Amino acid sequence: MGRDRDKAQEFEQLAMPLFGPLYNLAQWLTQDRSDAEDLVQETYAKALKGFDSFQPGTNFRAWIYRILRNTFLTSRTGLKATASLDDEEADVAAPATTDTPESLLLARADHDAFQRALQQLPVTHREIILLCDVEEMSYREIAEALAIPIGTVMSRLARARKAMRQLLQQWATGAHS
Amino acid sequence: MSCDRWQEKIDVYLDAELPEAEAHELEAHLHDCSACSSEALARSEMKRDIHLAGKAFAPSPEFRRRIQASLEPKRTHPAWLWAAAVGAMGVAVLLIVLGPLLLRREVPRERLLSELTDLHVTTLASANRVDVISSDKHTVKPWFQGKLPFTFNLPELEGSPFELVGGKLTYLDQSPGAELLFAVRKHVLSVFIFKDSPELDRALANAELMHKLSFNIESWTASGLRYFIITDAGQTDVDDLRARLVAAVQ
Repeated sequence: MGRDRDKAQEFEQLAMPLFGPLYNLAQWLTQDRSDAEDLVQETYAKALKGFDSFQPGTNFRAWIYRILRNTFLTSRTGLKATASLDDEEADVAAPATTDTPESLLLARADHDAFQRALQQLPVTHREIILLCDVEEMSYREIAEALAIPIGTVMSRLARARKAMRQLLQQWATGAHS
Repeated sequence: MSCDRWQEKIDVYLDAELPEAEAHELEAHLHDCSACSSEALARSEMKRDIHLAGKAFAPSPEFRRRIQASLEPKRTHPAWLWAAAVGAMGVAVLLIVLGPLLLRREVPRERLLSELTDLHVTTLASANRVDVISSDKHTVKPWFQGKLPFTFNLPELEGSPFELVGGKLTYLDQSPGAELLFAVRKHVLSVFIFKDSPELDRALANAELMHKLSFNIESWTASGLRYFIITDAGQTDVDDLRARLVAAVQ
């Protein structure tokens, strides 16, 4: 009993500081408050249950994000959101061609525009940008959380950012679609 | 190397993931190429804007409590039913034996919270609330250098309702710490940072949310430091500031 208690306490100490950030990501993924709460709740339940399989000293944050993400992917919203993205990794080597100068256009994009753009991105693009720029995870951590190689992290991130810049650019030039 | 090749690397560079040698080469190129350097500036601004825009959703305090409660070890073990049958007698005996011990555990926590509340109130009542007055974290943080046996990071407040007022040195149980003052609307929040110690840990085990004389108090540990927030501001503000402080540690 005492050991279980210690375990539970250790879990709480590791997991509760991530509660806010995990929730934020959950709502970005599900786009709905109550779905986000369900997702976070299920994540914590699964993580607590599987905490024995977590190896002390390895990256807890990446571990629990991975649980959240797998839980999301197998949920109803998650399956729908990712159904059309199977061929996404096919063009890994596609060079990031330089677009027209973006500096001026981007400077005019406001807070709302960034939120709208994030919302419109496909879920795999949205999540990798959030992990990198909001959670400030290293590429290695992202690779662990998403269970993909680092090379894929880099190519996917480049593609996601390019898509985001293009969205913002479209809006800035008034070409609303 | 053409600019196209460099532009691909700008994001990796801004993510601090470009190998050192390449990073130096890129820096040299940015120095000479205005097109690439304005591109780099735009992208770093975009990264910062996404950082701010991405922190869009906060869990409700009610949901936080629900999750917190779900992590408490279960007490509805079948053995308990059996224990109940064995008799209230045993429980009573246990209470008599353990009661004073449990009470004694409560005392340090009470004393600690009283002391911190006093520090907070004293600050509010003082004509000189802080010794270093600045809303610039790059002024406040260095001020503590050499005054404390540890260092800490100040949170990112851009785009938030919080404002840094300043800071001063403070003491709790003879050990020095930092008191930082933040303002949100008309409320003032004191953030105390001390080196974590087994005594503090024991006194505060599992005490995440506390109330004392109707102040909201929250405490947690990170990187060997013990943090407290004490304020009359609401729980949402406390949660928000806490999240920012926690993020600053990582």
